[in-house]
Amino acid sequence: MARFVTRRLVGMVVVLFAISVLVFLIFNVIPGGDPGKRICGKNCNNALLTQINKDWGFNDSLPVQYVTMMKKVFTGELVSYSSQLNVDQQIKKGIPITFSLCIGAAVIWMAFAIVFGYLSAVKAGGFTDRALTILALVGISMPVFFLGAILLLYLTSKIQLFPTAGYVSLTSDPVQWAYHLFLPWITLAVLFVGFYSRVLRSNMLDVMNEDYVRTARAKGLSERQVRIHHVLRNSMIPVITLFGLDFGAVIGGGAIITESIFSLNGVGQYAADAITNVDLPPIMGVTLFGAFFIVFFNALVDITYAWLDPRIRLGTEAR
Amino acid sequence: MSEQLLSVRDLRVRFTTEDGIVHAVDGVSFDLAAGEVLAIVGESGSGKSVTAQTIMGLTRSPNARIEGSVAYRGRELLTADDEELMRVRGEEIAMIFQDPMTSLNPVYKVGDQIGEAIQAHRHESDHKAREQTIELLAAVGIPDPSKRVDNYPHEYSGGMRQRAMIAMGLALEPTVLIADEPSTALDVTIQAQILRLLEQLNRDRDLAVIIITHDLGVVAEIADRVLVMYGGRIIESGSLEQIFYDPQHPYTWGLLGSLARPDRPRTMRLSQITGQPPSLLAPPAGCHFRPRCPHAFDRCTRVPPLETRVGENHADRCWLSVEQKKTLRVVKTGEIGLEAPAA
Amino acid sequence: MATDPWAPPYADPTLPGEVEQDTGIPPAPAGVPVEGRSPWYLAYRRLRRNRVALFFGALFIVIVLFCLAAPLWAHLVAHTGPDTNHLTEKIDINGQPTDVVNVDGIPIGPGLHGKFLLGADANGRDVMVRLMYGGRTSIFIGVMAAFVTTILAVIFGILAAYYRGWTDAVISRAMDVIWAFPVLLLGIALGTALSVSGSGLVLGPIHIADDSIWIPILIIGFVYVPYMARPIRGEVLALREKEFVEAAIAQGAGTMRIMFSEILPNLVSTIIVFFTLNIANNMLLESALSFLGAGVRPPHSSWGSMVSDGYEFLYSAPHLTIIPGLMIVLTVLSLNVFGDGLRDALDPRAKVRLEAAALEESH
Repeated sequence: MARFVTRRLVGMVVVLFAISVLVFLIFNVIPGGDPGKRICGKNCNNALLTQINKDWGFNDSLPVQYVTMMKKVFTGELVSYSSQLNVDQQIKKGIPITFSLCIGAAVIWMAFAIVFGYLSAVKAGGFTDRALTILALVGISMPVFFLGAILLLYLTSKIQLFPTAGYVSLTSDPVQWAYHLFLPWITLAVLFVGFYSRVLRSNMLDVMNEDYVRTARAKGLSERQVRIHHVLRNSMIPVITLFGLDFGAVIGGGAIITESIFSLNGVGQYAADAITNVDLPPIMGVTLFGAFFIVFFNALVDITYAWLDPRIRLGTEAR
Repeated sequence: MSEQLLSVRDLRVRFTTEDGIVHAVDGVSFDLAAGEVLAIVGESGSGKSVTAQTIMGLTRSPNARIEGSVAYRGRELLTADDEELMRVRGEEIAMIFQDPMTSLNPVYKVGDQIGEAIQAHRHESDHKAREQTIELLAAVGIPDPSKRVDNYPHEYSGGMRQRAMIAMGLALEPTVLIADEPSTALDVTIQAQILRLLEQLNRDRDLAVIIITHDLGVVAEIADRVLVMYGGRIIESGSLEQIFYDPQHPYTWGLLGSLARPDRPRTMRLSQITGQPPSLLAPPAGCHFRPRCPHAFDRCTRVPPLETRVGENHADRCWLSVEQKKTLRVVKTGEIGLEAPAA
Repeated sequence: MATDPWAPPYADPTLPGEVEQDTGIPPAPAGVPVEGRSPWYLAYRRLRRNRVALFFGALFIVIVLFCLAAPLWAHLVAHTGPDTNHLTEKIDINGQPTDVVNVDGIPIGPGLHGKFLLGADANGRDVMVRLMYGGRTSIFIGVMAAFVTTILAVIFGILAAYYRGWTDAVISRAMDVIWAFPVLLLGIALGTALSVSGSGLVLGPIHIADDSIWIPILIIGFVYVPYMARPIRGEVLALREKEFVEAAIAQGAGTMRIMFSEILPNLVSTIIVFFTLNIANNMLLESALSFLGAGVRPPHSSWGSMVSDGYEFLYSAPHLTIIPGLMIVLTVLSLNVFGDGLRDALDPRAKVRLEAAALEESH
């Protein structure tokens, strides 16, 4: 187990390194993105440009520039080229918003996915199943910006049920916090509810054919016990895996569109703005932040998986 | 005569599948007495497992049509509601399955899976259930049961898993244990141990056992009475001696002829039954065995054979007369199956 | 023979009846579906029974035809092109001349007036015509990107699983890196880098202009590669152990032959299902990138960029958001339902979990 964890950690570091190189390269092959000129601004002259390039180290070779940038990432000194603001602080500002959005949405999507998936599998082939299947597929097929737009249009404008935008912090007013975040939560969750309920349904149908489910019935457990204790429990293992990956992805920038539609100044919105400005340091910061969560949850999932499935826990190796 | 526990009458099970209707069990009737070991023999697809699972109500599903009657001590099981069925399962009739690896839930400890059965039926504390579980594991011969109770199924060997399955079956002290190919997936030496264990439980606890197998060796070792199934029907039934020393149905002859025996010269070819088991989607008209039977005649094509009594508790379904069978039977009495009966 | 007590009971050669005992295969009883039909036939039969899937498959074809008919509609009914502005014009509605775009900058909405059937956008362009032409772009990008993904994923998946060792390690780790990159972030980053900056993409002798729709195609095709390559790798790993591959190796078949004539055909059903669902995902990602301004660039337009353009008028002219948005939903839904039916038909037990790939989209 210790070896396993070590290997996972080393893998994490390698992947993060590779991602940072990739981001750095993507934004350094852009000829039009000369950061010196951007910082220099409108009233630029050659002397100023030379000075800036020297100060920021833009004349150094790419590897040196990369190392300098990574040093700043780790010391928290990364500064935006365009706004000159500290990247770490900007990300930290966005974190409570992004976390509120993602955690709330995750709770909603898991709860509904489990209920829908369970009902769908138990009533497989029946009306409930078919209706839920169609609903799920509609959810999967809905672009997030479209769903968000429809909700905004009908629930904040035509019927003024919810506030259009804005964020109220949890600590200042929990009720307003939830009220303001309700539509964003739904918007972000719908896709996952559809997707996860489908996955859970198909897993449960597979598990229902397993021999141990027959054993559970044969030993006189009630149908409910069989379904929840044996079928659902075993079907949840792959769902948990997916959840880890997706939750990491959503926190790590996957909620950009939801954030921008509902004017939530979270980490995703910050990244989107930075990308539009071709502003490398924030992009690097946010990407590493996002990738860290994805990789971290990846590792967490493997460990949870091992905890849920003793064959792996006590076996020599996962995967 | 001991008490009749289980009485199956004209059981029919059909499944609707994508390809058509599968006639899995086609009019099966038999009784099981207390303390008896009944073997149901047949090839895969003969309907033996479906019969056993239907007794437990395990084949119930929207695409299954089940007709006939299965009565346990006079209580009808086929129409029993879920709650009644739940009480019968485990407490009255227990079942163990072929592959003990896949039959145990891989994510729970073996002990918990046994304790779960106990606690589902009796309001025992966790501690008490655990103690009982350990006792059960000891009773089925699991070494160091107080430690093994906390192991997961994959930490057990194949034989131990089957023992654990048996312990689970015994947890609620049932009167009938249905063992569906209990030894097929195991090594030969382990097979023998499991059969020994079943035999011992039958003796010590007066447990009636229905053992389902395709292996006549298993039958010879343990059974009191034998049902031979073919194509969803019982084609011959009788005591162990009757089936082995006076087989009536040509299919039974074929089965016995294909049994490897140490006392035969090794140069002898084992006989085989040519052809394949009948398609249960569209079983042949008349006798199901007819297409593979070397002795079939026109009557077999038209009418399914009726049950013919050939002796006390010995019956078969074949249109050949008893005399014809005596002359046609190539394998001679006493040279098949078991060693010669002690004088 | 009969004198030999050990003779097998059924060895008598004078067998009654019609059965060809020597082949060991009895003839199939009349009227019974013969087992062992081609899996393709069985899949076809299952699909044919799935009316919902067929309906949505047909819906997709109808949508494609609808988009292909764009020039017809433009010339014969609307008498205008997708990029023609009619800012200052008036059209006749119920005998009253009405501004296409009124003084507040609000365009007319949908109505039964041949021209501007679905209303106009803020530049006075005919939404119906734009919708049909935009659909061509959206679907074209979806399909082409699916080809890019499929080709790359199949090549990498087969190579990784076939050679294993360091080839597998390199490919799999590279996939991990892309996998760990938030899809949308990667898409936006690439989109911005390649098109916004005005440089375009240079691949050896090929130069792709920064406003070419091939840039979103390549980006979308690229980011989804790991989602398809991983399951294919897994399937090839399993296939590799199969007897027919070993037999081919034993016969001295070359590596290329084994990979492409022995293994590839066994992947076809997986690839077909992936391909269908991948088009749906690609269209969603395209719309999300275009919505954020990192996808299709003018002069091209897609449904996603139409929503993006119209979004600022969400409250005053909601048809600009709703109409192209609904088209995206309908098209993607038709592909998803049809792909779902295809998967059920081709692999009823769904051994390969396609879900992992069906996910990931634009949030």
